[in-house]
Amino acid sequence: MDVKETVLSILSDLTGNDVSGAMDDNLFDSGLLDSMGSVQLLLQLQSQLGVNVPVSEFERSEWDTPNKIVKKVESLA
Amino acid sequence: MLSFEPYGNPTYFALLGVALLPLMIGLLYGKRSRLYETLISIFFLVLTFGGPKWTQGIALIIYILYEVMLTWGYAVYRKQKNSGPVFYLMVILAILPLTVVKVTPAVENGQASLIGFLGISYLTFRAVQTMMETRDGTLKDYQVMTFLQFMLFFPTISSGPIDRYRRFEKDYRSVPDRATYLGMVQKGVRYIFVGFMYKFLLAYYFGSILMPKLQVMAMHSRGGFMDLSWPVLGYMYAYSADLFFDFAGYSLFAVGTSYLMGIATPMNFKQPWRSPNIKDFWNRWHITLSFWFRDFIYMRLVFWFMKHRVFKSPRTTANVTYIINMLVMGFWHGVTWYYITYGLFHGVALVINDAWLRYKKKHRQSVPHNRFTQLFAIFLTANLVCFSFLIFSGFLNTLWFTK
Repeated sequence: MDVKETVLSILSDLTGNDVSGAMDDNLFDSGLLDSMGSVQLLLQLQSQLGVNVPVSEFERSEWDTPNKIVKKVESLA
Repeated sequence: MLSFEPYGNPTYFALLGVALLPLMIGLLYGKRSRLYETLISIFFLVLTFGGPKWTQGIALIIYILYEVMLTWGYAVYRKQKNSGPVFYLMVILAILPLTVVKVTPAVENGQASLIGFLGISYLTFRAVQTMMETRDGTLKDYQVMTFLQFMLFFPTISSGPIDRYRRFEKDYRSVPDRATYLGMVQKGVRYIFVGFMYKFLLAYYFGSILMPKLQVMAMHSRGGFMDLSWPVLGYMYAYSADLFFDFAGYSLFAVGTSYLMGIATPMNFKQPWRSPNIKDFWNRWHITLSFWFRDFIYMRLVFWFMKHRVFKSPRTTANVTYIINMLVMGFWHGVTWYYITYGLFHGVALVINDAWLRYKKKHRQSVPHNRFTQLFAIFLTANLVCFSFLIFSGFLNTLWFTK
């Protein structure tokens, strides 16, 4: 599985929604993600992709849509 | 010698205008003079912490040296090693002065600690944040001079907003282009004028005219169920309005002044009374504080709990952390039963709020959602918040426990 697929599967597990059709929707505004969800996301990225993101690197505005998250993870992977 | 509360009276604003003018002309021509900025910072710090309040000034100087020593020392250490216990020890040491200041009145019959000064909490937040980002490796280039400017940035020293080191540094190291800066000046001036209305008209009316009257009436109407009466309800709303207009007004002054200096200090309030739920309220009320708690307490604790699998379900983790987070916020306000109850109240409110949001998501079809439910949600949230402010005000303490 490539990075994008893995990220999308993590997001769908976390939010209970398939987000692949709304790649530019703000996940925080829609209530699909919150601080708790963000931390779970970071932990999943660590265990599934080996990408280490410290909590203080998590600037919400850089992680608020599926597209941004995929891009961010690709740059770190 | 002159001595002022920051933004306390017209003279302060007059001095501010005169002092900022050369700096603003400089910024318009693309120049930022570190020397001049430092000089006016010292001038306003002396106005706030000098004269009759010189003991606070001494406390501030010692405190700053202490925090510089810790953050600098840790930054140097972190380049070589990264041990957990050392990090925790450093954080505890950084919080120690604030802890002493907060606990002293509770154990010394209300007497203030000698090492306290106006704004110590806000400086502690900044120092601890700097340390945590150093630990994470997100802050790699710690500079003592920048740290000092960040800590002692006079527009926000006494009560925030709580900026972040890296964000501040970015603004401080650059000069906005003319169009951007003119936009900032326009905003800054508008903020300051809205601030005048909030602080000197509205907060004055609610806080200095209405509240004392209601307080007297409420004290005379004691004797009913839990000493409650209509004036107590009135006091609750008047206090909430005063708290909001006073603090939002101050914050507008601080942000407005920062903008005039070409520093985009983050906003502290975003129409909090329009929040449809408590969770959203904390995204709109005292934002830089609640985000500080979110990023440096809530998220870090959740991360730690989940990594070490302390609780079975993520839900329990979230709930326990909500309560801890808000209790810490309560204790931070001061060690009294009403601040701690206030924290607990909001912790529990967040837990219930989350459960409701989950329920609503699951039963999307059967839970009605329309204009009326939206208005009801806003009304309910605002009233719950006002009730929590009544606890916070300490007035119940006066109502129940004084003769």
